[in-house]
Order: sequence, then structure tokens, then C-alpha cells
Amino acid sequence: MASLSFRAIQKSYGSTKVLHHVDVQVGDGEYLVLVGPSGCGKSTLLRCIAGLEDISAGELWIGDRRVDQMAPRDRNVAMVFQSYALYPHMTVRENMGFALRVQRRPPAEIEAAVLQAAKMLELEHLLDRYPGQMSGGQRQRVAMGRAIVRRPDVFLFDEPLSNLDAALRHHMRVELKRLHRRLETTIVHVTHDQVEALTLADRILVLNGGYVQQFGSPRELFDTPANTFVAQFIGSPSMNLLPAVGSGGEVRIEGVEGALALDRSGPFTLGVRPTDLVVGSGPLKGRVDVIESMGAEALLHIELGPHTIVAQVPEPLRVRVDELVPLDVGVTHAFDRESGVRL
Amino acid sequence: MARRPSTPEVVLTHAAIVGITMVTLYPVLWVLEMAFSPSQSFSMDLSPIPSEVTLDNFRDVIGTFDDEGRWLFGRQLLNSVIVSVATAVLGLSLSTTAAYALSRWSFPGREQGMAAFLVTQMFPGVVMAIPLYLLLDLFGLLDSRTGLVLVYATTSVPFSVFTLKGYFDTIPVALEEAAMLDGASRWMTFRYIVLPLARPALAVTGLFSFMTAWNEFILALTLMGSEDAYTLPVVLQGYVGDFGTEWGRFAAGAVIVSLPVMALFFALQRHFVEGLTAGGVKG
Ligand SMILES: Nc1ncnc2c1ncn2[C@@H]1O[C@H](COP(=O)(O)OP(=O)(O)OP(=O)(O)O)[C@@H](O)[C@H]1O
Ligand SMILES: [Mg+2]
Repeated sequence: MASLSFRAIQKSYGSTKVLHHVDVQVGDGEYLVLVGPSGCGKSTLLRCIAGLEDISAGELWIGDRRVDQMAPRDRNVAMVFQSYALYPHMTVRENMGFALRVQRRPPAEIEAAVLQAAKMLELEHLLDRYPGQMSGGQRQRVAMGRAIVRRPDVFLFDEPLSNLDAALRHHMRVELKRLHRRLETTIVHVTHDQVEALTLADRILVLNGGYVQQFGSPRELFDTPANTFVAQFIGSPSMNLLPAVGSGGEVRIEGVEGALALDRSGPFTLGVRPTDLVVGSGPLKGRVDVIESMGAEALLHIELGPHTIVAQVPEPLRVRVDELVPLDVGVTHAFDRESGVRL
Repeated sequence: MARRPSTPEVVLTHAAIVGITMVTLYPVLWVLEMAFSPSQSFSMDLSPIPSEVTLDNFRDVIGTFDDEGRWLFGRQLLNSVIVSVATAVLGLSLSTTAAYALSRWSFPGREQGMAAFLVTQMFPGVVMAIPLYLLLDLFGLLDSRTGLVLVYATTSVPFSVFTLKGYFDTIPVALEEAAMLDGASRWMTFRYIVLPLARPALAVTGLFSFMTAWNEFILALTLMGSEDAYTLPVVLQGYVGDFGTEWGRFAAGAVIVSLPVMALFFALQRHFVEGLTAGGVKG
């Protein structure tokens, strides 16, 4: 167990810079989730921690050891690869025990460690199988087991749930939470699934194009997104963003009749989460364009002047397609028009 | 669902299989017939069943002695075995490491090196007979097994490297990264992850190197001057004379030379299985 500290880390491939100044401290035993769109540098950052890639500038510390010049094998981190990377010629038992065999631990100790991890992951009945004889979810658990057996300082998970079906993914998400509570080891988990991020993380690091967008608890990211990127990336469906201008205690949305009672002046970007839209009363008028029913709730796609916004409302509905509905806003967010930064 | 083949189909298929088998086996049976017949003439008999069976030919081929009364055939068989095994071992160890490096690292001269390997394959071995003769002469390795092993091993390396590199390329790098994170050194990763996974390719290239050395004739004839140093193909050729060929002994020799190769094939067969890397990584 150890804390993890990124100090002004940069990473370039030749002249292409893929990580710009990552400077973040992760506490001992924290569950850190790295999110961002495809190609934003998540895997690269993870591989830098593992030592599979060299960092171009900055320092990486695990606990009180500076590790960025160390070989992967000396860093005491365990990684669950996006592809699982199980040794195909070894049984589950041998896969999970490999790290300990490399360390020349006594066979009895290896067997005990493997059994304990297998029990935790419900893999006991699969110990003599080969990776080729198992389902995706089982392999995923073996990959996890191989990491657990090591008792590393830090776990690194690269999109470990991405290839599982929805039900299994949910199950494994719960398993991961349980595992973390039991082991209390620092975890860095990469995903591009914001639900995974919100449910698992103690803290989330949002990356975009190699830049850190925000670092904070799921609550912080959801309630006070640092910019329009985070605002749209975290939360599903995405936050509605509308160009607005305020003056004298009133805010008008461009191209829309009616004014909202908000205290802000000058042009800005107004952000409203679909759950924070009030349908049925209010100063604005929109036309219902599409209704997506999801059982307990429905998504209304509403034409508001030249804009289309999404509202999430409870079922049963009292509106029909093409109906004109009055609208109001609850909690709102304000961002700079140019930079997108939170005001 | 597979359709059940109709009776005429079954009959025709089996007839075809029997026909092809006969065409394939007939020449082999003919060699066997000559090997077991007492006559030394070329058999023109259509039937592959010998009218008279004798082991004389085998006895003659195996039972050769040199001037001092030492067992010549034994010595020559030993030459062949030692040279072929050493060629396979040396060739395989050189080409495995070379192929791994070519597959995993990029370094200056990598592309050129690969191209150079290809270029060497354009020339038949005979072209190099004279330069090789001079080289071995220079190092005093003419007439020696060591010389022959060096020649064979180096000529088998390019093909082996290509085969093995192609195979290493299919082994996901993530497996090695996982092993390194598990605390394995470079060497351990190579030894415990890469080599076991490459077993089918190692078996094929090893067998190939062995057979190249086992069957090679022209260089062996050129570089080995004395009967003592001959390998079996050269010995075999001795039965094909200027004034007449001892076909019976030649055939018996051919049978003897093929046996070890067949045995080796059967022994290695189970290693030729494909799909060893299945299930390691998804997708
Ligand atoms: N070996 C490399 N050489 C050059 N560029 C690379 C290399 N590896 C990755 N990149 C680039 O670095 C950027 C970040 O890649 P990375 O794999 O970290 O993305 P990611 O966030 O993990 O994406 P995904 O969600 O698709 O896995 C990408 O733009 C990619 O093209
Ligand atoms: Mg990735």
C-alpha cells in the first residue's frame, strides 16, 4: 500500500506530446479512476506508472520511492491489462502463481496465496483450466486474481470491464468495490465509461487531449464541473449547454422568448442537467420533439427556439409529442463563452 | 447441419483415396522391393512384392569396414547423427535469439539485416562450395564434423530466422509486459513465456535444420575428403557407380537413411499443434 504522486509528468512520442503536465497526488488506499475520450492518453499514463513507457519529464513517486527510472519489475505494481494478457500455456493456478514463482517463494506459500485469491474471486473450480477454456468474465477474474496474489503497492486496471456484457459488467463493478474495501490498496482504474467512474472512484481524473481537465471526487465533478468538457463528459445524459446573456437579474437564452430569473450579467454559456429542467411550468416555452421512454423515467427532446435540449422526467408522462410545454430551470451552471471555464 | 453423404459418394471418395494412396506408396514399395531382393539390377518388375526376400543388402550396407578393420558404416552414421543434431541445436539457438530480437526491437540495420537474409536465400548452396572450401581450409576444418556443422548451421539460419520471427510476431507483447510486471527478468520472460509458446515453430524449424543437414550431399562431398568423414548421403551415392549401380544396396541404404527422419517426425508430431496462444488475450 502506498500513495501515488505524479509530479509535472509529461510524455511525448517523438514530437507528439500525449501527456501535458500531469500533476496529481493520490492518497494511500484511494481508488482513482482515469476517464476521458478515446486517445486522450489514459492508457499511456497507466503504462507510465507501470514502467512500460518512459516518461519524458517530471517525477513519479510511489510512497516514498521515486520510481520513474526503475524497471517495471522493481516498482511493485500489478496491472490488469485491457486484453487480460493471461499466459495461454499455463493453467489458472500457474497464471496466478507466476509472480510468486518468479520470486522463488516456497510452493506451499504460493498454493495458499493462489487459493485465497481464487476463493475471493470464486475461481476455485477453475484452477486447472487453461485461459482458452474460459469465458471472458472468467478470464477477467483470473487477470484480477493474478494481480491480487502479488500484494502490490498499486493496482493498475486498464478498462478491465470493457469487453463484458452489461449484466456482468455491473456484477464486476460491485466485485471491484468489494475487493477494494477488503484490500485497501491504491487503485488506478482506466475507463471511458463515466458510470464506472462515478460508481467506483474515490476521486476521478478527467483527461482530454493529454490535458488534465479536473481532478476531484465524483460529487465535485458532478456538482461543480470545472469546464464545459467535464460538464458534458460526466453525467448521462449530458448537460444541456446554451448560449445566454444576463442583465438586471434576468437571463435570456439566445433566440428564445422569455427570461429566467438568474443573477448574472454579460454573455455566458448556461448549463442545465436534464434532471434540473422543470417541465410543466415556467417562463420558457418548448415543443416536445421526441420522447424516449425508459420505464421509470423518460427523456424528452425539446425544441427550444433554435436549440434542442434534453429533459429527464419521471413517468407516467403528461405530455405528448408536438405539444408546447412551459419550462423552467432548477440548478444551473455558468461557463465562460470563449474558454469554457466555470464562472 | 452436415448432410449425410450418399452411398455412391462414399464409394467414389474411398476409391479416390485408395487410388491416391497407391500412387503415393507404389514408388516406396518398389524401393522396398529392391532393398529386400537379392538382385543388384534395376527391377523392371511391375509387382512391388519381391519374389525372394533377403536381408543381404542391408547386411552389406551396414557391414562395411575400413582398412584397419574398424566399423566404417557405424562411424559414418555417427557423423550424420552428430552433424545433424549439432546443426539443429546450433542453428536453432542462433536463429531463436536473432528472430526474437528482430521481432521485438527496432535498431539500426534491422531492415537491412532482414533483406540480407533474404538475399542469401537466392543462391543455391553449391555456389558457395568453393569459397566455403577455401574458408574451411584456412581454419583447418576440412574433413571435420565441426566444419560441416558450421556450414550447415549458418545456411539454415536465414530460413529459421524468418519462420521464427513470423511466429514471434504473433505472440502478443502484452504477455511479456505482464511477465515483466510479475517480476520476471528479460531472460525469464523469454524462457518461461516466449519459448514455450513458440514450441510449434521451434519444432518445425528444428526438424527442418536437422533434415537439411541429414540430406545434404554436395557440400558434404566437397568438404569431406576421406571415407571416415563421410555422411550417409555421400555413402549412399557410392553405390551409384560409373559402370553400374548396385541398386539393391542403394535401395537398402535409402531405407536406412529415411528411418531416423521418420522416427523424428513421429516424435515431434505432437508439438506441431497450432493455437497454443489461444485465449491469452481477448479480441
Ligand atoms: N507508441 C506510440 N507512438 C505514437 N503515438 C502513440 C503511441 N501510443 C499511443 N500514442 C498516441 O497517444 C495518444 C494516447 O493514447 P492512449 O493509448 O493513451 O489513449 P487512451 O486514452 O488509452 O485511448 P483508448 O480509450 O482508445 O484506449 C493517442 O493519440 C495515440 O495515438
Ligand atoms: Mg487505452
